[in-house]
Amino acid sequence: MASVEIRNVVKRYGALEVVHGVSAGIADGEFVALVGPSGCGKSTLLRMIAGLEEISDGAVAIGGDIVNEVAPKDRNISMVFQNYALYPHMTVAENMAFALRLARLPKDEQKKKVGEAATMLGLEGLLDRYPGQLSGGQRQRVAMGRAIVRRPEVFLFDEPLSNLDAKLRVQMRAEIKGLHQRLRTTSIYVTHDQIEAMTMADRIVVMRDGNVEQIGTPLELFDNPRNLFVASFIGSPSMNFIKGEVVDGTFRAPGGFVIPAVNLAHKGPAIAGIRPNKLKIGAAGPVAKVLIVEPTGDETHLLVELGGAQLAMLLRERISLAPGDQIGLAFASADVHFFDGQTTLRLGRGDATTGALNA
Amino acid sequence: MSSKRPQPYFSRSQVTLVRGLWMVVTAILAFMTLFPLLWMVSIAFKPAAESFSSNLIPQAPTLDNFIYVLTGVPFIRYMVNSFLVSATVTIVALFFHTMAGYALARLRFPGREILFLSIFSTFLVSLPVIIVPLFVIVKAMGMLNSYVGLIIPAIFNAFGIFLLRQYYLSLPKEIEEAARIDGAGYWRIYWSVILPLSRPIMSALAILFFLANWNSFLWPLTITSDPNLWVVQLGIANFKSQYSASWNYMMAASTIVAIPTLILFVIFQRQIMDSLKTSGLK
Repeated sequence: MASVEIRNVVKRYGALEVVHGVSAGIADGEFVALVGPSGCGKSTLLRMIAGLEEISDGAVAIGGDIVNEVAPKDRNISMVFQNYALYPHMTVAENMAFALRLARLPKDEQKKKVGEAATMLGLEGLLDRYPGQLSGGQRQRVAMGRAIVRRPEVFLFDEPLSNLDAKLRVQMRAEIKGLHQRLRTTSIYVTHDQIEAMTMADRIVVMRDGNVEQIGTPLELFDNPRNLFVASFIGSPSMNFIKGEVVDGTFRAPGGFVIPAVNLAHKGPAIAGIRPNKLKIGAAGPVAKVLIVEPTGDETHLLVELGGAQLAMLLRERISLAPGDQIGLAFASADVHFFDGQTTLRLGRGDATTGALNA
Repeated sequence: MSSKRPQPYFSRSQVTLVRGLWMVVTAILAFMTLFPLLWMVSIAFKPAAESFSSNLIPQAPTLDNFIYVLTGVPFIRYMVNSFLVSATVTIVALFFHTMAGYALARLRFPGREILFLSIFSTFLVSLPVIIVPLFVIVKAMGMLNSYVGLIIPAIFNAFGIFLLRQYYLSLPKEIEEAARIDGAGYWRIYWSVILPLSRPIMSALAILFFLANWNSFLWPLTITSDPNLWVVQLGIANFKSQYSASWNYMMAASTIVAIPTLILFVIFQRQIMDSLKTSGLK
């Protein structure tokens, strides 16, 4: 097992720079998710760590040694691909043993290691099958088996669950997490799905346009997003944003949306953000119009309109509302995040001492 | 589908009519293709005097033609030569073509596209155009009247390289990347991953190469004067002299020569069709 150090890594394709000097440290045994919208450079970064892409500038160190010039096979890593990338002409056992065969391990040892990995993943009955005879979930499991037989120091996952259906994805998510808890191998996991990142990772690296936006534990990112992008990317349904202005410590948005006594030195354009589950129905608050009601059983999703802005609400209780109904909104201003209207950096939260929103 | 459910646009009788027409057209085409073959087999069983009679069924069927072809001239020798040349060309060509196709599809090196285009452009030039310069080169290299001279010039073939390159482009890159991470070098990836994966297309190409060489005439005619090196097509042509032609012998020989190709086709029909479909050529 080993730590991974990414130092000012840059990736250029000719004149086009796609990763702009990314730095991140991944501790020994840690599970880190690289997350961001498609095209943000997360897969490219992972492929640079794997050695499948050249590093244009900066350095990647695995276990303290810089590996920029080291071939993928000598980096002591293994990788799970989105489309599994199993060898179609080899059986499950042969697929898993391929790396061991290339490393010229004795036959019986190969068999033993494949057997261990197969037991761990519940693949014992499938060892003689070909990938074409397996379901998507089984193929994914074989791909993981192929990765773990080598007992690498670092696991790299490139959106491994994207090709699975929703139910299987949740199941495999738990399995990968369970596997990591057992093996404690340093893991880097690329995904565009923030829920996967939140549920699985010890720490998350949020990327956008080839830059790191924020690095932190899932709850840190959720509670203290560094900027508007992280706030909108993390959490589902995503945070509500209301554009407005801070004048003399009071946040005002068009349509008479006012949060007084915001304890901020900031002046000028600002954006208020509040998570859907922090918006409640309260008789005292401003009146909003219900647009859409979506009951899911456990909870109710609402889309309401207030002062021209659409806000999502996530209520734990079952309510009987119809589109067009008027409801009062309530929330603690401590739950409101404020962002600079120009730089989109987070300014802070509302003052906890003030009460509900006044319209 | 069309016969069971009512068609929204065409009535059932229209569909039947169109189908009937297609059947007639294909039947005519099939007849035009098959009749010369039937005629060949028919003449092969006729005595020399009857060669030019118009009856399809021989009046006095005889095996004499076959016996003469197999015993009167060293036809077995020609067949062995043909087989030797065709098989060697096929195996060696596939080995080099798969490597070239893989390199052109996946390795990154300067001039790759130009190289591919220049290989591809040789499609435009047929053998008769280059036969004289090719002859001069082969002669200069001392390969006249030798198996080597029959084999080596036939190995290069843009079609195989092109087809394999297209096929390799369609293989998912991740499989090779997975192999790289598993510790395979270029050669290992080629040998353990790419070659096994190209089995279907290689079997199709093998048939095409084998048939093309089995049927080749012009090049062997150009460079072999030693009858010991003659291939079957030269043997057949030799039944025709300047003043006469023993059509009954030629047809018997052609029938014998057609048998291996027929067997190959029956066994590998599916691969041949697949290769033609994937290449979109010919």
